Amino acid sequence: MSAASTEDVVPITVEFSGGLEMLFSNERKHKLSIAAKDESGLNSNVAFLVRYLCDNLMKDPRKDLFVLDGTVCVVPEHVLSPALTIQRRPGILVLINDADWELEGEDKYEIQKGDNILFVSTLHGG
Amino acid sequence: MAPSICAVCQTNRALILRPKNHQKLCKPCFISVFEAEIHHTITTNSLFHRGERIAVGASGGKDSTVLASVLKTLNERYDYGVELILLSIDEGIKGYRDDSLETVKRNAKQYGMPLTILGYDELYGWTMDQVVEQVGKKGNCTYCGVFRRQALDRGAAKLGVRHVVTGHNADDVAETVLMNLLRGDLPRLSRTTSIVTSTPSIVPSSPETTSHTNIKRSKPLKYAYEKEIVLYAHHKNLDYFSTECLYSPEAFRGSARALIKNLERVRPSAILDVVRSGEDMAKLVPGGNDNCGNGCGGQATLVEEEEGGCGSSNGRTTGGEMASMEQQLVQSEAAAEGGLEVEITTAASKSPNPPDSDVIPLVTGKKGKKLKGPPHGTRKQPARQTMGQCARCGYLSSQDICKACVLLEGLNKNRPKNSIEVTYDIPEEASLNGNTVVNGVQQLSLGPD
Ligand SMILES: [Zn+2]
Ligand SMILES: [Zn+2]
Repeated sequence: MSAASTEDVVPITVEFSGGLEMLFSNERKHKLSIAAKDESGLNSNVAFLVRYLCDNLMKDPRKDLFVLDGTVCVVPEHVLSPALTIQRRPGILVLINDADWELEGEDKYEIQKGDNILFVSTLHGG
Repeated sequence: MAPSICAVCQTNRALILRPKNHQKLCKPCFISVFEAEIHHTITTNSLFHRGERIAVGASGGKDSTVLASVLKTLNERYDYGVELILLSIDEGIKGYRDDSLETVKRNAKQYGMPLTILGYDELYGWTMDQVVEQVGKKGNCTYCGVFRRQALDRGAAKLGVRHVVTGHNADDVAETVLMNLLRGDLPRLSRTTSIVTSTPSIVPSSPETTSHTNIKRSKPLKYAYEKEIVLYAHHKNLDYFSTECLYSPEAFRGSARALIKNLERVRPSAILDVVRSGEDMAKLVPGGNDNCGNGCGGQATLVEEEEGGCGSSNGRTTGGEMASMEQQLVQSEAAAEGGLEVEITTAASKSPNPPDSDVIPLVTGKKGKKLKGPPHGTRKQPARQTMGQCARCGYLSSQDICKACVLLEGLNKNRPKNSIEVTYDIPEEASLNGNTVVNGVQQLSLGPD
């Protein structure tokens, strides 16, 4: 953890599937580097990543298909209190290095160098 | 967080948190537990019998892909002795099915299963594109849903297959239970919770004659969480395709789905609890299927499929709630003995609406405090009625002519003269007068929305 936090950026791989890729330029796999620290100087976690994806990677205007009620994208970041953590839209699974994010601390999981974070929609298709 | 250890093997790192019981499992243990549970569903409900040919309703989506994969695995592992084939429906929307049908074609190779793709044009004489051209964008979802509801049964009958399995999962069933509960439609709730259903369909036995048979439908994934289906597909690296419905989901179904997903977040066991509650309520519905869960695999509940809407050809609904199918069909004891098709026809010809039936739907129940007499909704008739078969196509229908045939009648009547002839055969003597058609079409907008 300390290794990652001493650097400015954390290189990671973010993947979208189950139809979510359609919201991200139809690309399944994205190699990104995100800031190692969030706005408050804390280690960047999954909540921060979701905000980042919404603001920077997602070109599709239908933000509500990715985050609940579009809260993240509508409300300016500085208004977001730490308590107002981002809720993933129901029906999207998050796998952190293939593990269910619920086993990893959900959105409080601190992103590590080289992490693979997969967002899968369970809602589409039969 | 310290890595969790698998609850089963106590060795590997846990990657999966099971929604139904919070068990933490590693990947190999999860896969074997998931498969074992499907096997359990199949055996305890006697879904299959040796020598049976079974069509998997395949859309290329996650549910049907997982279903095909798991059934292949289990058929080999436990020697069910069934023959599995893939059946896909092409609505004929240009470009829409291309990717999913390519996925199904790959699946056919991957699983070594023969694949048949049947188009709406082959089944009905109309592609959806042609329907849209005729009726416009608005309302075509109705056609798509009504046609889809019958497509797998018609397709199976065409192939001489008597059993279709679909990828309906626990989330789908819970959603349907909630929707029917919120509508106060317990009879339909009872029908749709059944793991096995049966619909009469026409079977072309020779060019001149046709005979009716029951197409059995079952849902081996009925107790499988959608989340686990997605995780299974992911961890087994299954090749599936996700597509968005072209049309926005019908609001009521969308809300029911959101409610289910939110409940799951707070209380993960809620989904299976709703499914089980649905089954228990079904037992309370007079004339409902008894869902004995053991040894009555052959005693399928007769049901008009209610699934509809767009986005999936395996019968699973991703949106677009279809008009409700309103009549309750009660299995007679004779039907339980196996004479289902005979029973339906005789019942239909006897008394179409027994006034003093001993079977009284809950909605109009004697003890109902508010509900006295017939149900309030004039178009909604959850009351018990005998099901007959469509005079034209032989499909199970509460009307003389099923909804698909009514829609086709309207379409064919207005078909531009220069266009190709309808391949779908309509006997002349069964032609409708204008009123009936109007009524039929109105009934298509059934349901509380
Ligand atoms: Zn294990
Ligand atoms: Zn018909």
